[in-house]
Amino acid sequence: MTILLEVNEIGKAFFGVPAVKNVSITVNSGEIMGLIGQNGAGKSTLMNMIGGVVQPDSGTMSFEGLPYRPRNPAAAYRTGVAFIHQELNLFTNLSIAENLFIENFPTRRFGSLRWIDRAAVKQRTEEMLERVGLSIPPNFTIDRISPGERQLVEIAKALHLDAPLIILDEPTTSLTTRETERLFALMKQLREEGKALIYISHILNDVKMLADTIAVMRDGELVAHEPAGNFDVRRMISLMVGRSIDNLYPARSAQPQEQPLLTLDGVTAKGVVEDIRFTVRRSEVVGMFGLMGSGRTELARILFGMDPFEKGTITIDGQRITRFTPRNCIRQQIAFVTENRREEGLLMNINIAENVALVALPEFGSSPLQVIDQEKMLSSVSQALNVLQLKSGDITKQPARSLSGGNQQKVVIAKWLLANPRLFIMDEPTRGIDVGAKYEIYALIDQLAASGSGVLFISSELEELMGVCDRILVMSRGEIFGEFSRDQFNAEDILRAAFREQGAPA
Amino acid sequence: MNTTESRRRFNPWSFLLNNSTLVLFLVVFILFGLSSPRFFTSENVINFIKQASFTGIIAVGMTFVLLTAGIDLSVGSNMYLSAVVSGLLMRSIDLPVLPALLVALLVGTLFGAVNAFCIVYLKIIPFMVTLSTLVIGRGIGTALTESQQIDLPAPMAQFGQLQLIGIPMPILFFALVVLVAYAILTRLPLGRQIYAVGNDPEGAEKAGINTNRVIFTVYLVSGFCAALAGFILASQVIRVDRSFAEGREFDAIAASVLGGTSLFGGVGNVFGAMVGAVLIQMVQTGLQFNQVNLYLQPMVRALIIFITVLFDSLREANLAKLKRRFIRSVDAEPQQNDTAPVPNRNIST
Repeated sequence: MTILLEVNEIGKAFFGVPAVKNVSITVNSGEIMGLIGQNGAGKSTLMNMIGGVVQPDSGTMSFEGLPYRPRNPAAAYRTGVAFIHQELNLFTNLSIAENLFIENFPTRRFGSLRWIDRAAVKQRTEEMLERVGLSIPPNFTIDRISPGERQLVEIAKALHLDAPLIILDEPTTSLTTRETERLFALMKQLREEGKALIYISHILNDVKMLADTIAVMRDGELVAHEPAGNFDVRRMISLMVGRSIDNLYPARSAQPQEQPLLTLDGVTAKGVVEDIRFTVRRSEVVGMFGLMGSGRTELARILFGMDPFEKGTITIDGQRITRFTPRNCIRQQIAFVTENRREEGLLMNINIAENVALVALPEFGSSPLQVIDQEKMLSSVSQALNVLQLKSGDITKQPARSLSGGNQQKVVIAKWLLANPRLFIMDEPTRGIDVGAKYEIYALIDQLAASGSGVLFISSELEELMGVCDRILVMSRGEIFGEFSRDQFNAEDILRAAFREQGAPA
Repeated sequence: MNTTESRRRFNPWSFLLNNSTLVLFLVVFILFGLSSPRFFTSENVINFIKQASFTGIIAVGMTFVLLTAGIDLSVGSNMYLSAVVSGLLMRSIDLPVLPALLVALLVGTLFGAVNAFCIVYLKIIPFMVTLSTLVIGRGIGTALTESQQIDLPAPMAQFGQLQLIGIPMPILFFALVVLVAYAILTRLPLGRQIYAVGNDPEGAEKAGINTNRVIFTVYLVSGFCAALAGFILASQVIRVDRSFAEGREFDAIAASVLGGTSLFGGVGNVFGAMVGAVLIQMVQTGLQFNQVNLYLQPMVRALIIFITVLFDSLREANLAKLKRRFIRSVDAEPQQNDTAPVPNRNIST
């Protein structure tokens, strides 16, 4: 095995907060390296330096034995580093084929101009899509395909570059199980072909199963890089957090009250959800489980007034809500923590403090002109962020963009905390977040319930729902297909309901 | 998968919405024709298309700029300045028409390059850059002519009257520009990269596209088109005065937006801009035919633009609804069971 990439004493700080401190690591050809660590441990920053997205403050790198210092992502591509980001980088207005070849179209000379060779583009795109197991015509534009399919297009794009080093940052979060297995098979095949792969994931069992070596980062430092055989999941976690975690889920501290908080009666949106009926009580955490495309997210969007529904009623605290818009939902003290932090949850270029203050902004206005009382705002904001233990620089300067995924999620939750919601709708709040931060979010959910709020917790991770919820509803093809109370929790039964293998619609 | 099937199904309503500008175009055309039969004569049709070609050519250049989410307010001044420079040379040293055209194109493209330089390298926002060059461009032109009107020589008038099988020269240039622009936008790598940059500039950078080069190019194209349009317009009126092509930038932007180009970048095409430009001119001609009060005419034109853009916004909302992914079949077709294996993998302990 030959050394492909060598990183020496590399370091980087943002806004005075060191993200990566003197890390040295080598990556070999024909090997999958698993990279794990908590949010903000510096994984993404390290990968961004290798991928040319940010430039290191100190240290050197070499690629295939030559000095390597990419000025931008394009330079990294040319050298042979393909980087599949957690957040997708596809042009939604272009076709799949165009996305694959956008920086380097195959061309035919005609006169002095180089025209796009459309036949070649189509044929090569079909080959790439075949490799990742997608059967969609290459001329489909990206805005017409699902998030999982987009992720696979992104992977196909990395393949066609034929790069010796492929970095995959949380590639499976939006994939179905079948797509994930297809991806894993592909990764193994690439390893056989002598490519080096760096695989970042929070699903530790996947890392253990796939990787040849595992690197663990904590607080910007590399704390271990050893053959995968030396690790079990318990050791990975204890290296990541610096202590061993015994309890993955906090104990529930409150009992659901009798009083119903949210009641859905026969909510129907044609082609999306059908006859949804359920209740969330005060101090209750209701889990909503379902496979991808089962209608969980769609239902959450309806509940928050972002999509319309045709039939049925929604009541909150006994009062029927008539006008369904996000604004009205906020006024009704409903909070929505979205699945998609980058596009729907945060204003990325705005600083942390203003992001947090956004929902509750009218409350900081002092009459009569409603001028924002900066001091009042900042003290509420820092209080909310302290509760959540956010790691950041100056919250009035640092933009939300520069935070790690887990810390961004904390900012989203802090934003809603200020508005004092009665009902929290959380759609995949722990997606792409490490074990330590997940625990903090679970504890927070428990606190919210203890303070009398109701929580609708939507997730595709059954384990966490079973760990945190009082009750689990199962959705399948837009219907509620099963309901389980805490003493009935059984992973196998719940999954069977999700696959519609038993039970009648509830 | 049934989702794939439903995506491919032809939907007449969505087809109609997708082509709303064309539909509006036909409706307006027929309405004007009914109110004034002379409107339908080929002479009149050729005339208003000819009148539309100046706006149309700059609208094509504007479309390039708008696709990158930029804007070029300076095209009217650019038309004026390039026409002034070539006009002065024609008068003072008897420069023939073709070399004069080349000079005009050179001036216009350089004008575009100045815009591009300020936007790409000095990182000033396009609105402010082109607003400044709008004022500066006309200022330079006025200084060069000492604010005098330039009367162009006879060869220019002859050039202006050229025809090919009955089609006036401006229309031929207009058609040529549209076709070349269409080929660039759809068949050259550069064209597709313009769409990519407009959709997500940061993503384009990450994908290895030289975004600076792409943005630079669109302002060159816009400058080139402005100079071409200015020269052709000059050949029709055979003189260049202080108010030559003043305010044309707004017609160009309106034409482009009427044709479905988004001001937020990434969406639009040149055929739309072409239809938009002709539509605007047709409304103008139609109002004159119907002897609508001269002072009301600008308002009626503005109203038409407003209605089209309103329609466009409704269309967006409707298309979004039509494109929504259905997770269960609307009509009760039987669904085959395409379930995946048990997803029991998300266990972190």
